[in-house]
Amino acid sequence: MEAAIQLRGVEKRFGEIVAVDGLDLDVPPGICLGLLGPNGAGKSTTMRLLTGQAIADAGELTVLGHQLPGDSKAARAKMGVVPQLDNLDVDVTVEDNLRVFARLYRVKDIGPAVDRALDLARLQDRRKDAVDELSGGMRRRLLLARGLIHQPPLLLLDEPTVGLDPQIRTELWTLIDGLRSEGVTILMSTHYIEEAQRLADEVAVMTKGKIIARGRPNELIAEHAGRETAELYGPPEFLRDARLRAEGEGLKVRPAGPAIAIVGSENAGNGAVPDEAIRRAASLEDVFVLLTGEEAE
Amino acid sequence: MRRLDPAAIGGIMSREVANFRTFWKATTFSSVLEPTVYLLAFGLGLGATLIDRVDGLSYVEFVGTGMVATAVIFSSALPAMFGTFVKHRFQRTYDAILAAPVDVEELVTAEMLWIGLRAGVYGCFPLLVSMLFGLDPAFGMLLVPIFCFFTALGFAAFGIAVAASVAKIDQFNYVTTLVITPLFLVAGTFFPISGLPEAVQAVAQLNPLHHLVELVRHSAFGFVATDLIRFAVLVAFAVVLWRVAVRRMSARLID
Repeated sequence: MEAAIQLRGVEKRFGEIVAVDGLDLDVPPGICLGLLGPNGAGKSTTMRLLTGQAIADAGELTVLGHQLPGDSKAARAKMGVVPQLDNLDVDVTVEDNLRVFARLYRVKDIGPAVDRALDLARLQDRRKDAVDELSGGMRRRLLLARGLIHQPPLLLLDEPTVGLDPQIRTELWTLIDGLRSEGVTILMSTHYIEEAQRLADEVAVMTKGKIIARGRPNELIAEHAGRETAELYGPPEFLRDARLRAEGEGLKVRPAGPAIAIVGSENAGNGAVPDEAIRRAASLEDVFVLLTGEEAE
Repeated sequence: MRRLDPAAIGGIMSREVANFRTFWKATTFSSVLEPTVYLLAFGLGLGATLIDRVDGLSYVEFVGTGMVATAVIFSSALPAMFGTFVKHRFQRTYDAILAAPVDVEELVTAEMLWIGLRAGVYGCFPLLVSMLFGLDPAFGMLLVPIFCFFTALGFAAFGIAVAASVAKIDQFNYVTTLVITPLFLVAGTFFPISGLPEAVQAVAQLNPLHHLVELVRHSAFGFVATDLIRFAVLVAFAVVLWRVAVRRMSARLID
């Protein structure tokens, strides 16, 4: 089956800075792919390339069979976009925000489309209120509903829950999960490990403009972090010695806030992992930090 | 998908209408009050004390018809400059619109058309207020909204192009001081340009506002053949600035 999104050797530079560096990416239809990477990895630039708001310096981009940037408008007609930053019209009513985008997306029956979007966002009773009067969570739900006003088969989510409190984040995850189970193809950029683990069928780890690993979360964990991680707390000298001992045994060690995490500790020989270590199942966070060298959020 | 799709342009304009509904009262209030104050100050003040007649017209008739141009530039160039800058930099509205099947050309065209329509209406207010001060209605005045519309299109495009070119909102001060104020002063609104040095008169012929002032005066007191040229200048001004605005906005909005 043809990929919903296909990128081949895509490059995007801003002067001396290479934001996207020979990116190859396939998103098969019907899955949620999490593009996981630290800030500055090139995720948002990739999203802008897909919406035609940035033009690649090299490479090929195809979205739902449409070649970009030439056929970008036709591609955008079939995709929904939920931006990282809230760009709703705050003085205008909830309903009018949706109506405007129904027109922009050439929706034929605007009334039913607006009703459907309001149901999705659970904002039927707030339809006549100005956006300014909504809570942060309601505004996020409205943004999502606005991106889905034309019932697109493909949805781009750019850091959908960045800056939100945990309760609102969970609320949005439930909504996104519902879309995924309805068969909407989702490409979601995020730098939250938990978000990727919770929502994505597959995760692509991106750093410095490239995908450096890709797979199902469990596969990635098994491949790069093994089964078990041992976390060790203590004074800096103790941690330094423990680190040297573990690395001497060929184990991977990463910083974990005030602690160190010895990854793949199930393979440790005698004395390589001190008894004080707290053993836990290896996680996507271990993979992320090992591969990108960045602390996870 | 087709170029300059009316559905895309209509969609963007519907957004403007939805927003305008939230602040139309304040805009309309100032659009009516401003010419009234000017007419009281200049028309009745200067007209009653220092100036009797200008170019064969009473000073109220002269200023009242001239002030249409002032209303047009202030309701087109300034909203275009500030509105475009705010929507792009602060509200990120254009990111949302361009993620839909809309391109920069449609975006700029819709913004221009909306500002043109608005200024076409608000441009008539000084004329209506002047009637309360003694200006006689004339059939030719029915064409004034059209003259205002085309002039406003050009100045809206100018404002959009400026907003797409500046790095900070403070830089608008240079534009208002160096471009908009001189254009508005050397348009023949408050005094005839025939009294100015010849070189300035020649430059004034390049000022679209001057052509608008002349067209509005002639709509009230009788058209002349050269008015067709004046109208053509306004249309050409709008078309050229439209292309400039599309180019500048494309450079700004598309990385």
